[in-house]
Amino acid sequence: MAERAALEELVRLQGERVRGLKQQKASAEQIEEEVAKLLKLKAQLGPDEGKQKFVLKTPKGTRDYSPRQMAIREKVFDVIISCFKRHGAEVIDTPVFELKETLTGKYGEDSKLIYDLKDQGGELLSLRYDLTVPFARYLAMNKLTNIKRYHIAKVYRRDNPAMTRGRYREFYQCDFDIAGQFDPMIPDAECLKIMCEILSSLQIGDFLVKVNDRRILDGMFAICGVPDSKFRTICSSVDKLDKVSWEEVKNEMVGEKGLTPEVADHIGDYVQQHGGVSLVEQLLQDPKLSQNKQALEGLEDLKLLFEYLTLFGIADKISFDLSLARGLDYYTGVIYEAVLLQTPVRPGEEPLGVGSVAAGGRYDGLVGMFDPKGRKVPCVGLSIGVERIFSIVEQRLEALEEKVRTTETQVLVASAQKRLLEERLKLVSELWDAGIKAELLYKKNPKLLNQLQYCEEAGIPLVAIIGGCPKRRPCGRNQKENKPGPLHLLS
Amino acid sequence: MAERAALEELVRLQGERVRGLKQQKASAEQIEEEVAKLLKLKAQLGPDEGKQKFVLKTPKGTRDYSPRQMAIREKVFDVIISCFKRHGAEVIDTPVFELKETLTGKYGEDSKLIYDLKDQGGELLSLRYDLTVPFARYLAMNKLTNIKRYHIAKVYRRDNPAMTRGRYREFYQCDFDIAGQFDPMIPDAECLKIMCEILSSLQIGDFLVKVNDRRILDGMFAICGVPDSKFRTICSSVDKLDKVSWEEVKNEMVGEKGLTPEVADHIGDYVQQHGGVSLVEQLLQDPKLSQNKQALEGLEDLKLLFEYLTLFGIADKISFDLSLARGLDYYTGVIYEAVLLQTPVRPGEEPLGVGSVAAGGRYDGLALEEKVRTTETQVLVASAQKRLLEERLKLVSELWDAGIKAELLYKKNPKLLNQLQYCEEAGIPLVAIIGEQELKDGVIKLRSVASREEVDVRREDLVEEIKRRTSPALCIC
Repeated sequence: MAERAALEELVRLQGERVRGLKQQKASAEQIEEEVAKLLKLKAQLGPDEGKQKFVLKTPKGTRDYSPRQMAIREKVFDVIISCFKRHGAEVIDTPVFELKETLTGKYGEDSKLIYDLKDQGGELLSLRYDLTVPFARYLAMNKLTNIKRYHIAKVYRRDNPAMTRGRYREFYQCDFDIAGQFDPMIPDAECLKIMCEILSSLQIGDFLVKVNDRRILDGMFAICGVPDSKFRTICSSVDKLDKVSWEEVKNEMVGEKGLTPEVADHIGDYVQQHGGVSLVEQLLQDPKLSQNKQALEGLEDLKLLFEYLTLFGIADKISFDLSLARGLDYYTGVIYEAVLLQTPVRPGEEPLGVGSVAAGGRYDGLVGMFDPKGRKVPCVGLSIGVERIFSIVEQRLEALEEKVRTTETQVLVASAQKRLLEERLKLVSELWDAGIKAELLYKKNPKLLNQLQYCEEAGIPLVAIIGGCPKRRPCGRNQKENKPGPLHLLS
Repeated sequence: MAERAALEELVRLQGERVRGLKQQKASAEQIEEEVAKLLKLKAQLGPDEGKQKFVLKTPKGTRDYSPRQMAIREKVFDVIISCFKRHGAEVIDTPVFELKETLTGKYGEDSKLIYDLKDQGGELLSLRYDLTVPFARYLAMNKLTNIKRYHIAKVYRRDNPAMTRGRYREFYQCDFDIAGQFDPMIPDAECLKIMCEILSSLQIGDFLVKVNDRRILDGMFAICGVPDSKFRTICSSVDKLDKVSWEEVKNEMVGEKGLTPEVADHIGDYVQQHGGVSLVEQLLQDPKLSQNKQALEGLEDLKLLFEYLTLFGIADKISFDLSLARGLDYYTGVIYEAVLLQTPVRPGEEPLGVGSVAAGGRYDGLALEEKVRTTETQVLVASAQKRLLEERLKLVSELWDAGIKAELLYKKNPKLLNQLQYCEEAGIPLVAIIGEQELKDGVIKLRSVASREEVDVRREDLVEEIKRRTSPALCIC
């Protein structure tokens, strides 16, 4: 027994060592070595059967949705789905896990955040990390060349909570994508239109959509003198400009990532710029940038995009922002990100972006990775970050002290006198058969007060009382007796 | 390169060997040994990175839903959800995986079908196997004593497809449950009403709901002479009566499961019966069965159930069927299963049930175990009116002297609502409420926190009544 306790303590200490190494971003080999030691120790503890602990919690990074949270979630999804449907999208669903090889090699550095399933002698499986790769697999499997689809489902990422406070490991994504070879920038514009429609309808405050293009980033880094090999890592530094100052970003690029100060400054000249279509035109005149073929393509497409966005009436919500460098490896063209704006503390100041609520872009090469013949299907799409939106809506409702009903019951079938259960059962059954949402208390002889209290708590607006009220005084606040006799309807 | 190809071939052959052993139902140790060999071979192949195979498939036992299938799915869910809502149910959602220990020990033999996640240095996790155990965990975590909820989500089972053709490993469940202490059989009747409403609205043909009771099964097997240890295995034989003949079932019980032919025949006398409430009444007259306490309880409850089902207008769809012995370990009372009826080929024949489309039952043991209280207080001494502190102090002292675990709020004039709320949060099951009129009458109002029922108890009987209600064997509260 003492042996076991000592062993459990060793496991606990080793677990802390592993966590510590991960926090310090130690090398992958070192972490793996210590994890292996941890697993060996755990194996010595033996199987978990028989050790009946009741640990009443959900796994780290996951949570239940209570009825109240579900009611909020349903409201939010209704807005989003009706917008997707309004734009003619179909809907699909895919399994929660994929063959491990389907996900391999698609997420770059983030691959270490993928949840694997245990090898139980069959196929190697992993939980889906996003909805885009399953979409590409679906397209290739069904040999589809075009589809406009949305997909709302949970995805799984083994984020380290110490590093990213409040980030869930299981969370919803709402994806909308248009696959197919079409005339340029029209589908891309529709994606941005959808993003703006949804964020407006949700009424969560003012927002801004930043837009950039992978080819412009590529070209810009090239002419600034960034080596190809450093492209991704410099991207991730530049992307921090929405949260930290240029000085900090420059220090990181020079101090940690090995750029010369000159190259860094050159990058800084570009990436601190943001504006409307006029910035696009200005850069099209930039002598160096316009000489770069890739950057030129990107700029021309953005110019066309802004024309369409103006026709869609949303150009005022869009900002061409050269510091937007977000995201995964597979974007090939336009990229965008929507942020909520916080009302500035001091008037005249620019609103501060407080975090991304939606993002997306064009990814023309992904489906080709799944097709045996390498057939390409161009795609553009967006993903709405609903978890953030849930908590914003929840806060808003709390602030307004709005009551959120968790059921839709219209009437409670009640009785004030004893021995009327039969009548209540008959009546509630009639109501159900007529499609009316009704309930009764599961008691043979409930007190009228308890039944009325139940209605108050659940927000049920009507009571159908069999047998009438026992006393002559009013039973409730907005009392309205329909007719005297055995059945009173109160509201 | 040739080495790798040879290694891949070895992996393939070993994989086939493992599959073969599983199909032949070889011993668990043998299978484990061969699986270990398979894993060693795979490890030699090295990591999968860089080996870009084009495997365009979903994992075994899973599938995508195309837009057409989604449109159908949405229609079906709309019917089901609007019925649940019509009956006043709330909705919840839980994570797709649970801590492995949450699921451990809940599924008996089926535990081997659970998908585990790889140990990546953190918590050990498993994909949920059903929605009932997560529900019990949710109730306990949130200290809920009653809720009416539905939950529609996918669950995961590593079924062996060779044995159960067409069975998915990832599939939807639509669960509706009522938790709480209520007057008997009313919630049970509502569950059956909901089942019938849904199956009627879906318009998928005629159906029948078979009903039985775990206590009747227990009692019946006891009086027939089935040893306790064989209960579950005989249950699963009896359950096959909807698919095979009685002769086959009898042969299995005698030939494979070790019952004597006499015991088997005795079982056969009962389990081949099915009917309406008249069968319940008939069995209540059965000399042997009515002597068995459990069976009697079950029969009385079924009688009451049929009364309510008649008031709900669905008694004609319900069949009391003694061969219904389905399901998991945790059912404790009524059990039911709905089957679609195939129109008989020859007129005059009974319709053939073609497979279960819905099922459920009562499970009273699952949630209770998980309530984690931090104190053992049995009763709170409370008062609804002011200036009764002295009386509360006197009463709580009497209770302590009698060995009862009791508390009172440290307030001279606490509000009744606050005292009740305190009991809810701390899990105290009883409240002894002092009132001026009651003092004059010599009684104390004893209230059950869970059911909100109050009863007047004479002061001299109070200790006895509290002890009776909180004794572990009974747990009426």
